[in-house]
Amino acid sequence: MPKTLLRLRVNGEDHDVAAATHKTLLEVLREEMGLTGTKHGCELGECGTCTVLVDGQPVLSCLALPIELEGREVTTVEGMAVGGRLHPLQQAFAELGAAQCGYCTPGILLTARALLAENPKPTRQEIRTALAGNLCRCTGYTKILDAVELAALRSTGGEP
Amino acid sequence: MLRLPPFAYLGARTVGDALQFMRDHGGDAMLVAGGTDLYPNMKRRQFEPSVLVGLRGIRELGGISGSAESGFAIGSQTTLTRVAEHSGIRDAFPALATAAGLVSSPQLRNMGTIGGNVCVDTRCNYYNQTYQWRKAIGFCMKKDGDICLVAPSSRRCWAVSSSDTAPVLWSLGARVRVHGPGGERVIPIETLYRDDGIDYLAKRPDEILTEIVLPPVNGTRCAYLKLRRRGSFDFPVLGVAVALRIDGDRVLSGRIVLGAVAPQPREAREASALLAGHRLTPELIAAVAEAASKPSKPLDNTDFTHPYRKKMTRVFVTRALRRLAGLPDSPRNDAEVADR
Ligand SMILES: Cc1cc2nc3c(=O)[nH]c(=O)nc-3n(C[C@H](O)[C@H](O)[C@H](O)COP(=O)(O)OP(=O)(O)OC[C@H]3O[C@@H](n4cnc5c(N)ncnc54)[C@H](O)[C@@H]3O)c2cc1C
Ligand code: SF4
Ligand code: FES
Ligand code: FES
Repeated sequence: MPKTLLRLRVNGEDHDVAAATHKTLLEVLREEMGLTGTKHGCELGECGTCTVLVDGQPVLSCLALPIELEGREVTTVEGMAVGGRLHPLQQAFAELGAAQCGYCTPGILLTARALLAENPKPTRQEIRTALAGNLCRCTGYTKILDAVELAALRSTGGEP
Repeated sequence: MLRLPPFAYLGARTVGDALQFMRDHGGDAMLVAGGTDLYPNMKRRQFEPSVLVGLRGIRELGGISGSAESGFAIGSQTTLTRVAEHSGIRDAFPALATAAGLVSSPQLRNMGTIGGNVCVDTRCNYYNQTYQWRKAIGFCMKKDGDICLVAPSSRRCWAVSSSDTAPVLWSLGARVRVHGPGGERVIPIETLYRDDGIDYLAKRPDEILTEIVLPPVNGTRCAYLKLRRRGSFDFPVLGVAVALRIDGDRVLSGRIVLGAVAPQPREAREASALLAGHRLTPELIAAVAEAASKPSKPLDNTDFTHPYRKKMTRVFVTRALRRLAGLPDSPRNDAEVADR
């Protein structure tokens, strides 16, 4: 299959990549660009671990085609920490032990980031609803919800 | 990894482009919108088109116009997130916003379109499986085989219509605009469907659904209830859409449409007819719910047992009507689980 040359904007930088059109964003990120922070799980849209942000909205990279994303802004988990400083969500997840095996974590961090960008002080139910598409096999979710609440609290000035 | 089979992708910018691309490539091409139904199916080798004609780049089809008084036009490329959050739709047709918001997960609703939801493939436990799984069990007639594994003596396929929005749109009297090589037509949504799990759409594969047209609200009250295994996200195992036109305390007309009980949404006609001209009393509701469960004849090819799904039809129709009548869900069914 011939490769197509694409310009993708990922984590604030333009990248020229050559990939066959039927390669998903997940495959291109991991296999062509070496960005392995985005995880592959079910690859059928059922688990959410491959979540990335496109123009700030959570989407599943296992079902997205790069050719449809030219000119859009893609954010992966590698783009969350800025200048070596963890994003408040990453900090809270680490402090509260909201990751066990960590496989679901990149997708959850990005989905939560999109939530907080739109709704800086979500209720617990709003966090649950936003994270409904991200499955975790380890934590039982309680600590994940706690960590998103903590990050929200800190980001809105209520530092505990 | 489960990878897509190779294909060429042609992104359309206008409806004319898309029609031209489909004409150029004949039977080798398929339409794709959000891809949230088609790509998983392609990964499982249910479809292997050599060309995909992408509709998402057609700007004119991505948006909602109109009002409660005039009715709404929803472009087929509008995402389910936008339908679910649209304030005009939420006020005028809350059942539609609810149904769109109950489809799949937040990520998938950001990607999936309402047009794709109306055209979504039918589902069956023996079909929505990987190629290897289907091969091991000997394939079925919906893809690669020649018998039905649910009903082996059947000469047809019973895969289930699994769209959440289709039964609601049908109950509301929506119409769809379809563009094809021979021009465009606007048809009642119920005529878009066929009672066949394989050939479930009454349109040619190169015809494009461009718009959904909702009538003026005109006193319509509506509800949608969905039964699914997980509260977080899951395909419907049963959907109940009810739309009533009410004048004072009397129902002028009512429509009850069931989802996920057959290869197409199924209108409970007898039950709907019982509503007209009457007050929505608990007794009437009980009789209507009993009648509505008759056309619900689920087979053993989705989640949960089919006798349970049939029983839940009565429960959910009761609940939907009681909500529209302002009554508590049911004194008897409190223990049974629903999403909303
Ligand atoms: C994990 C998971 C859970 C899901 N849960 C649900 C659920 O709970 N309820 C539900 O209803 N669906 C569910 N879906 C299915 C799907 O995501 C939705 O139905 C979605 O709305 C499909 O829209 P799309 O734009 O992605 O369609 P696509 O995948 O792009 O297309 C679906 C089909 O329709 C055709 N098509 C698309 N647009 C048009 C058009 N404008 N004109 C003509 N043909 C067209 C395509 O050729 C294809 O055959 C789920 C999917 C996944 C992966
Ligand atoms: S109903 Fe029968 S033919 Fe249709 S998908 Fe299921 S097993 Fe296959
Ligand atoms: S890998 Fe994309 S949803 Fe599971
Ligand atoms: S921490 Fe293991 S899947 Fe979530």
